[in-house]
Amino acid sequence: MTAPVAERDLLGFLEAAVSETPVETTKPAVEPTVASETPVRQLVIINWSGEFDRVMPTLIMANAAAAMGYQTKVFTTFWGLLPFVKDQKRIVGENFMQKMLTFMQRPGISHLKTSKMNFLGMGPWMMGVLSRKYNIASPKELLEAAEALGVEFMPCQMTMDMFGLKREDMIEGLGEPVGAATVLELMTQPNTASLFI
Amino acid sequence: MTLTDPTPGTVNATTLDARGLKCPMPIVRTAQAIKNVASGELLEVLTTDPGAVADFAAWSRSTGNELVEQTIADGVYRFVLRRK
Repeated sequence: MTAPVAERDLLGFLEAAVSETPVETTKPAVEPTVASETPVRQLVIINWSGEFDRVMPTLIMANAAAAMGYQTKVFTTFWGLLPFVKDQKRIVGENFMQKMLTFMQRPGISHLKTSKMNFLGMGPWMMGVLSRKYNIASPKELLEAAEALGVEFMPCQMTMDMFGLKREDMIEGLGEPVGAATVLELMTQPNTASLFI
Repeated sequence: MTLTDPTPGTVNATTLDARGLKCPMPIVRTAQAIKNVASGELLEVLTTDPGAVADFAAWSRSTGNELVEQTIADGVYRFVLRRK
């Protein structure tokens, strides 16, 4: 809504500069209606852990918020970025150490470990069995639902560099990589809830 | 997709069967389904998730889609929502 106003102002300014007549300073009538509209609520989640029991609440809250009409943004950083690598990728990274990291910590939304009782995959396997038994959506299903609802996933540029991840390693729905300042700006906007999960 | 508990006045509702789904899927499916309902028309949602009672009330308040009716029969929660 502000862009046409700004353009008009700029045009007015340019016209005035050319014709050397004073610029009209009255505010356009459209401006007050912007403030009277229902404020857009926003949820910003910092997803910094790649563990099942943290990625799940991130995805559940993101889905619920998007379903409630919130603008929902998930900043994925550090270990929290690896679940957003394509599932079929096994070892990613450019150098030996980066490859070793993803060899030890398999990336992809379907390969999450639990923070407690992982027991070489026994924990996640039991979680999977229980989730299916009680018809709880899997992380992959929740991710797809979140993407369909328009949740914005923002990868951390620094983490992308550290893990040697390329755009083509990541899921299609991932946005452009951003940094901490972008996230802080989002978090301090009005009507915004932020979570650090 | 049939009405399990038809109530007079709501027979024209589109029905979303969310039975068996767990949080947050009932409201996720509802948010998707209501897009296909015209403004002022009704959407009926069936769910078996007890948490949905509080969730649908909150969803209705947040989105402005009115919760017209809610009933429970045989462990199935039924919500009738009017799209704003």
